[in-house]
Amino acid sequence: MTSTIEAPRSPYSRAPRSRGVNWEKWGWIYMRVSGVVLVVLIFGHLFVNLMVGEGVSALNFAFVAGKLTTPFWMVWDVLMLWLALIHGGNGMRTLVNDYATQRLTRGILKSAILAAVVILIVLGTLVVFTFDPCPAGSPADLLPSFCPAS
Amino acid sequence: MSTATATETAPTTAGAPVVPEEIQSFTVTLIIRRYNPEVDDEPHWDDFDVQMYPTDRVLDALHKIKWEQDGSLSFRRSCAHGICGSDAMRINGRNRLACKTLIKDLDITKPVYVEAIKGLPLEKDLIVDMEPFFESFRAVQPFLVANSAPADGKERIQTVAQRERFDDTTKCILCAACTSSCPVFWTDGQYFGPAAIVNAHRFIFDSRDDNAAVRLDILNDKEGVWRCRTTFNCTEACPRGIQVTQAISEVKQAMLRGTL
Ligand code: HEM
Ligand code: SF4
Ligand code: FES
Repeated sequence: MTSTIEAPRSPYSRAPRSRGVNWEKWGWIYMRVSGVVLVVLIFGHLFVNLMVGEGVSALNFAFVAGKLTTPFWMVWDVLMLWLALIHGGNGMRTLVNDYATQRLTRGILKSAILAAVVILIVLGTLVVFTFDPCPAGSPADLLPSFCPAS
Repeated sequence: MSTATATETAPTTAGAPVVPEEIQSFTVTLIIRRYNPEVDDEPHWDDFDVQMYPTDRVLDALHKIKWEQDGSLSFRRSCAHGICGSDAMRINGRNRLACKTLIKDLDITKPVYVEAIKGLPLEKDLIVDMEPFFESFRAVQPFLVANSAPADGKERIQTVAQRERFDDTTKCILCAACTSSCPVFWTDGQYFGPAAIVNAHRFIFDSRDDNAAVRLDILNDKEGVWRCRTTFNCTEACPRGIQVTQAISEVKQAMLRGTL
């Protein structure tokens, strides 16, 4: 109740108006559009994984491997990956703007967020499209039971 | 809690003495965040005990302190009736007008914390520098811009519905309670803030005004309406009951649609 918020750093001058793409506006629109799509994707994902059929007990390597060979679920998962990571990354950017007061701190934190988002999107997308549950030439004892080689 | 009483002289009817009603007064402790730039490095909290009636307001308590206990206490007030907008302050952590906050609406079993509004440079005690706030206000062109002369040299006609469209935002008294309650404004003071958007809304949706496009363009800025995170602090703070967050959303919508 009695917490203290310091006076703003540069009270008398507004940063000059920047021209070009209105990122703040498109970010705002993106948060809402991706949010609506994510509601469907996330709850659909949770429903199919946890409720349908045997429910949560059906979850295992074979279940996930099966989904990742179905084009429908590949598209679903990649969409969820991209939309949620960019959404979460942009959301974290606003939080950094809220709490980090030094220019340098802001720069470091936002770069870290950007790096995390890019790395996770690249790795995730790679996994979804190149996933092979039974890679040829692997030792049979390392392969899951449903592979023809084991 | 002390028990001083005030006795009102009630009129008597038909000779029968009416029992005068006794109004209970009580001691209220105010803890005020003080700052004197000439002697203090940092603001500090001072407490004062004042004898108040339930119908008194926080402003009356401040007056009592200033007039009877510590003349150096500094705060702004002018009308004392919720019209001029000079005495917005943080009372128990919420932005309120001192002249509209009744003692009986506060929990006086605990001390009442009073401090200056946040996010604007503190000058002395409860007084802040309002210039950044008014700078944002001026930036949105808060005046009628009409390019045409009214027909027959008479006034500009407006229907009831046209007037109703922006009625809510005409009520603003520029107290800064909303802007200084906004966490986005607190971050760096660059955001235009709710009050500037409210006052832009008042002219953007006025059928007599011709400069809506210019104002929308000004608020389409990086530090404009898109920084609003719909926290509703502004709506909660506004002593005029203006639906501030809704007004901001209407401005956003007008920008996205490109029409009013
Ligand atoms: C279930 C579907 C979701 C919906 C409908 C949704 C909706 C939204 C909206 C509309 C905002 C903007 C708030 C504002 O600026 O006023 C937001 C912010 C945010 N979202 Fe989501 N979101 C969803 C899922 C997610 C997920 C999966 C993540 C994490 C990856 C996430 C992380 C964030 C973060 C960090 C913010 C910023 C919070 C802030 O501005 O205070 N959201 N969300
Ligand atoms: S909108 Fe309400 S809180 Fe904000 S400056 Fe105007 S009267 Fe004060
Ligand atoms: S003193 Fe004028 S609004 Fe409170």
